[in-house]
Amino acid sequence: MSINWFKYSSPQTFFPVAGRLALVFGALALLACAAGLYLGFFVAPTDAQQGESYRIIFIHVPAAWMSMFLYFVMAFWAGLGLAFNTRLSGMMASAIAPTGALFTFIALWTGSLWGRPAWGTWWVWDARLTSELVLLFLYFGFMALQAAIDDPRRADKAGAVLALVGVVDLPIIYFSVQWWNTLHQGASVSLTKAPTMAATMLAGMLVMIFGFWFYSIAAVMLRARCIMLERERGSEWAGQHARGAA
Amino acid sequence: MIAALRCVIFRDLRLAARRSSDVLTVALFFVIVVSLFPLGIGPDPKLLRTVAPGVLWVAALLASMLALSRVFAADHADGTLEQMMLGATPLGLVVAAKVLAHWLVTGLPLVLISPVLALQFDLPRELFGVLVLSLALGTPVLSLIGAIGAALTLGLRGAGALLSLLVLPLYVPVLIVGAGAMEAAASGLGGNAQLLLLAAMLIIAAAFAPWVAAAALRISVE
Repeated sequence: MSINWFKYSSPQTFFPVAGRLALVFGALALLACAAGLYLGFFVAPTDAQQGESYRIIFIHVPAAWMSMFLYFVMAFWAGLGLAFNTRLSGMMASAIAPTGALFTFIALWTGSLWGRPAWGTWWVWDARLTSELVLLFLYFGFMALQAAIDDPRRADKAGAVLALVGVVDLPIIYFSVQWWNTLHQGASVSLTKAPTMAATMLAGMLVMIFGFWFYSIAAVMLRARCIMLERERGSEWAGQHARGAA
Repeated sequence: MIAALRCVIFRDLRLAARRSSDVLTVALFFVIVVSLFPLGIGPDPKLLRTVAPGVLWVAALLASMLALSRVFAADHADGTLEQMMLGATPLGLVVAAKVLAHWLVTGLPLVLISPVLALQFDLPRELFGVLVLSLALGTPVLSLIGAIGAALTLGLRGAGALLSLLVLPLYVPVLIVGAGAMEAAASGLGGNAQLLLLAAMLIIAAAFAPWVAAAALRISVE
């Protein structure tokens, strides 16, 4: 039996699946985020050194994690689109970008909120902060390039090339920034938390990571549905959907 | 094939020579931006010595970005670019030749003026070698990476601002390592490690960037 790997690579077959996935993962995200926030804010003990302010990590760490992970997923879809010339891959890549940029921004924002009480400053030119900021610029560049090109096919391909160049450059940026700091900053600021983490803290964080993950899937699917409808508006199935919804 | 590449290089150089004001603008921009800093932050020599590596590098980076949109624009406008794509010579090599010509015209002058500007910042004489070497290794990387951005934004509205948004984040490693070479040399550590890293970046960029830019050109011109 051969599997048709490309069955869901056409917008027509993927559109209803995306709708169901968005619903399922949206519900899961709601549950996981509610449970994670409850664990984080009510069950997890107060940190001995940092007091209550450490609780931002329940949002900060998952957001930072997703921000980087989503860039790789975006580049993966972009590369797939270039290699197989599938329409849907480019749509997925452009659907992921805003969610990735959102998480990057949240990670930077919450990190600076945490840095104020913990380090005494909103911002330091630490390796992680700097490379996260560059990541945000890369997302913005990707979105700006796609927005500037009117033809969606060209926008997809040009964005794909940029995303792939960015994914090659990202480790180089990270390491260059790290070397730069270890060379020139006497007292380096470490992001590692207290060595032993209470089990409930870890559980809260893990649940939040899953919550953010599910949210990303749901948001990307919803956005992909909009992009599909917009680009395929001339096709019959899109017309049927529009009439059915109206 | 070598003859074709030589032809592309000499053609671009001759075109640049005929319109020498374009070349001068980039070099003058570099000089003016660098000269603005002492006016902005004050003429204290000690302060200027510390900021000199960063200022010179950032100014070189901005100046080379200013010239980027011209790498392919004229050839795209008069159809030469399409003929080059149809030709037998692989497009990646043509792009490499064009980037080389572009660097000779816009990057090399920056490298050559930089010691004069370093005098304004009272940079110690021993650092001049590292400064020139780091710029000589770094500015070609900027041109190579920039060519990708220039190819992607070819013929778009608002291409200039968009190009800087695309390319500047990718320039970060070159800036850090390039300015780091001078700082390491100033602190007595010696800038060899950073210079070798820059050379490695140049080799990687020279090997891959022309092909990526060629792919981007095909997307932009199809």
